[in-house]
Amino acid sequence: MKRKNLMRWGVPLLGVTMLAGCPQNGDNPAMVSYEVTVTNLTEAQPLSPPGLVLHRDGYTPWQIGSSASDGLEKLAEGGDPTPLLTEAKFNPRVRATRADTAPILPGTSSSIIIEGNRHPTVELSLATMLVNTNDGFTGLAAQSLTNLGLHESVTYEVPAYDAGTEANSESAATVPGPAAGGEGFNSVRDDRNSVGGHPGVVSAGDGLGDSALDVSHRFDNPVARIRITRLE
Amino acid sequence: MQPLIRTLIAAGTLTLAASPVMAQDLDITITNLTHDTYFTPLLISAHSGGHHLFQPGTAASSHLQAMAEGGDISGLAADMTAVSADNQENPAGGLLAPGGSTSFAMVTASGNDHLSITAMLLPTNDGFVGLDALSIPTSAGTYHYTLNGYDAGTEANNELIVSGGGTPGILGIPADPTGHGGTGGTGVTSTEANTTVHIHRGVLGDTNASGGVSDLDSRTHRWLNPVAELVITVN
Repeated sequence: MKRKNLMRWGVPLLGVTMLAGCPQNGDNPAMVSYEVTVTNLTEAQPLSPPGLVLHRDGYTPWQIGSSASDGLEKLAEGGDPTPLLTEAKFNPRVRATRADTAPILPGTSSSIIIEGNRHPTVELSLATMLVNTNDGFTGLAAQSLTNLGLHESVTYEVPAYDAGTEANSESAATVPGPAAGGEGFNSVRDDRNSVGGHPGVVSAGDGLGDSALDVSHRFDNPVARIRITRLE
Repeated sequence: MQPLIRTLIAAGTLTLAASPVMAQDLDITITNLTHDTYFTPLLISAHSGGHHLFQPGTAASSHLQAMAEGGDISGLAADMTAVSADNQENPAGGLLAPGGSTSFAMVTASGNDHLSITAMLLPTNDGFVGLDALSIPTSAGTYHYTLNGYDAGTEANNELIVSGGGTPGILGIPADPTGHGGTGGTGVTSTEANTTVHIHRGVLGDTNASGGVSDLDSRTHRWLNPVAELVITVN
């Protein structure tokens, strides 16, 4: 059952670091490298394999109040980070993309290293789905790491966002995670079509009769802790 | 070139020698931001780096469990005393009511440059307000922080008020100082999906004072993070 769901979320390319863009004139040719550790702080919301983007200023994977890209929609509805990372690779401001290889279960952590060419501005973006939701996700949008010194660490606690691309019906047919086993990505956009803060899930336990979710799937912010250490 | 390098190394050594934080004189205020949830006696501990009262994603210690399920901070306080921490125990002199504040002064020994805080959220099964090893600012000034509600992961959140429920191993909420709880609930759940310390998902409650699934009231006992405000003044 679990394995089947994993397949549905789409297991990304196995930890392949893909460098995008070549060093431009004026770029410091040296590399920067970061270890990124994600801890799942929820009760029962597995996080899909996170997609990471290392970039300079001028790129962001989402913006509050704007409609989600197709890549973000696919990640937020189905847990597959690959389309979002493919979009990023076409952006010349992106230095590297990387996807984790497995979901991060509640109470567990996963670390991944991402490296790319140094630039006067360094930013990190990260996205991962709360899989027992319709289109809930969390992460970092264009978080500046420019001032993070070598061997220094910084920790962010991040809230849940709603991609705004799928109505939060919580029905068994539409929630892809292990609580329901329903459909992941669907190109129909039947919600407000803009990214915002997630309102939380209601659950059958709180009176939403046809919700596939129970009280354990409810959550409050923050939903994840992201610790970033500069290695290089 | 060589002398320059030597100068830089010497300067670095000086910086390192001066970096251990000296004793600090702090004024601290903690405010309960919830609507209808009390804080049991607070433990505030200033300690050196590498120590924790709790860590998200890690199983609770037995002393953390005793605090989160029954409000007993004695074990955690002893743990921190054993590592030469400076503790402030129970500054509010008992429960800290919703909307209430407690203020106190703390003088921290040299090297005790991290701050951790815990208190049980009552009425909950094993919910607590927490701060995990904040790096205390060193420049004089006033600093504002907000704290979140955690779940110790040691007890199922059945939301039933049970005499004796504060004892680790006895399922139930030990008391309801709010007076808004009910009786006769059937229990919200009998399982805990995440058995490590994590962000509390909140309570469910219901509107049936003599039945339903929960002994808590969904109209008053719910909260959203943050559940507390922390103000530190570095003198």
